[in-house]
Amino acid sequence: MKNGIIVDPLDNVGVAIENIKKGEDIVYLDEAQKTIRLKAADNIPIYHKFATCDINMNAPIVKYAQHIGLAAIAISQGQHVHVHNVKSVRENLG
Amino acid sequence: MNFLGYKRPDGRIGIRNHVLILPTSVCASDTTRIISQQVKGTVTFNNQNGCSQVASDQQFTMDVMAGFAANPNIYGIVVVSLGCENCQMDLVVEAIKQRTNKPLQTVIIQEAGGTLKAIDLAARYAKEMVLQAGKILREECDISNLIVGTECGGSDPTSGLAANPVVGKLSDILVDLGGTSILSETTEFIGAEHLLAERGKNETVKNRILEIVHRYEKALQLVGEEVREGNPSPGNKAGGITTLEEKSLGCIHKGGHRMISAVYDYAKQIEERGLVIMDTPGNDPSSVAAMVAGGAQIIVFTTGQGTPSGNPIAPVIKLTGNKETYANMIDNIDFDASPLIYGNKTIDQLSHELLEITVDTANGKMTKAESLGYMEIGIARVCNYV
Repeated sequence: MKNGIIVDPLDNVGVAIENIKKGEDIVYLDEAQKTIRLKAADNIPIYHKFATCDINMNAPIVKYAQHIGLAAIAISQGQHVHVHNVKSVRENLG
Repeated sequence: MNFLGYKRPDGRIGIRNHVLILPTSVCASDTTRIISQQVKGTVTFNNQNGCSQVASDQQFTMDVMAGFAANPNIYGIVVVSLGCENCQMDLVVEAIKQRTNKPLQTVIIQEAGGTLKAIDLAARYAKEMVLQAGKILREECDISNLIVGTECGGSDPTSGLAANPVVGKLSDILVDLGGTSILSETTEFIGAEHLLAERGKNETVKNRILEIVHRYEKALQLVGEEVREGNPSPGNKAGGITTLEEKSLGCIHKGGHRMISAVYDYAKQIEERGLVIMDTPGNDPSSVAAMVAGGAQIIVFTTGQGTPSGNPIAPVIKLTGNKETYANMIDNIDFDASPLIYGNKTIDQLSHELLEITVDTANGKMTKAESLGYMEIGIARVCNYV
């Protein structure tokens, strides 16, 4: 039974679709509909994000195939990704 | 595809048949509330502006008042002013007449001789208009006459995952049928404005999209403020949204995938068909008010955390992609889009269900916000909402 989803294959974060407790498996389907299992490194509240891979400090956080901010610290696979470890950066896109 | 609407003398088509008791300033607002309570079939709102404003603020207020009056859901208007406010009766009447030729009466409280005489006069005008309005029957109208405003409020990640994509698909369907869909909330384009600009019809529209976003940011910086102070809101963050960019990317899903044919200033009348943008704040009541003033007969409103929001003139259909919010706020929310996240329904199924609700609402079915009598509005100001 899946408890997470990823929006786009380019993303490095997924979204919990149930409350997931630290130590439980995060289960989601990748773009090829293959089941992926990760160990939750934190409690992940429903609809909050988790890291699908290790993300270096200052590396972009990618959701909807777009940058939504930078990692404020190094983030490990399965960790909760939110305001405590992401910094908002206005990119010069204009 | 057709709906049953009311044909107006200015050629536009309404889906409601209200008489509007229009307060031209805050000083007339309590009076219009009392008048509206006395006459069934009327609507009003609390106008917190209309006086002591700088010119650009006053223009926003004037455009909202004229636009509300001209909205095709309104049969006729009784305009009520105090008498000494900046938004003078003759200015307001002139602004309304530039947009529409529908029935209009005026009452000035100071000239009428105080509250009770003003109420008596306005209530008589209103009652007469309601009786006339009742003679208008609904007629078959093509769906291309619908202008649907889209809005999101109390967003959470499910807004971007389900509710907004479903609304985006509805927007695409409406545009393909020749109708009009409005994408609003300029502050929530920030970080995603380049994606919208790529869809502009021509260079003018592309540049205008970038310009409204950058101008908004600069205007706030000019007074030492930062748009990020209010966005994402505490509720957004509690729901799982981390940054403004994430909120923006989720937000613009409401605009679907079609070409953007025009960008309108706050509360200006929508003339183009297809997908258009209106330059509004993210603040829900003031953004919805601007789209209704632009001519939207109906608003489709997505929410993650849940909101009671409504509008006195246009029905507001609310939907959520959050199954817990849907269960928890069932009094307020009309449609559950969460099956998209959990894989039970496709976006095509959900968007067609939403289209059916939209047409039913156009035909007269009340939304939950209407049945509860929600009427709050906001009007943008120069030092604006975000």
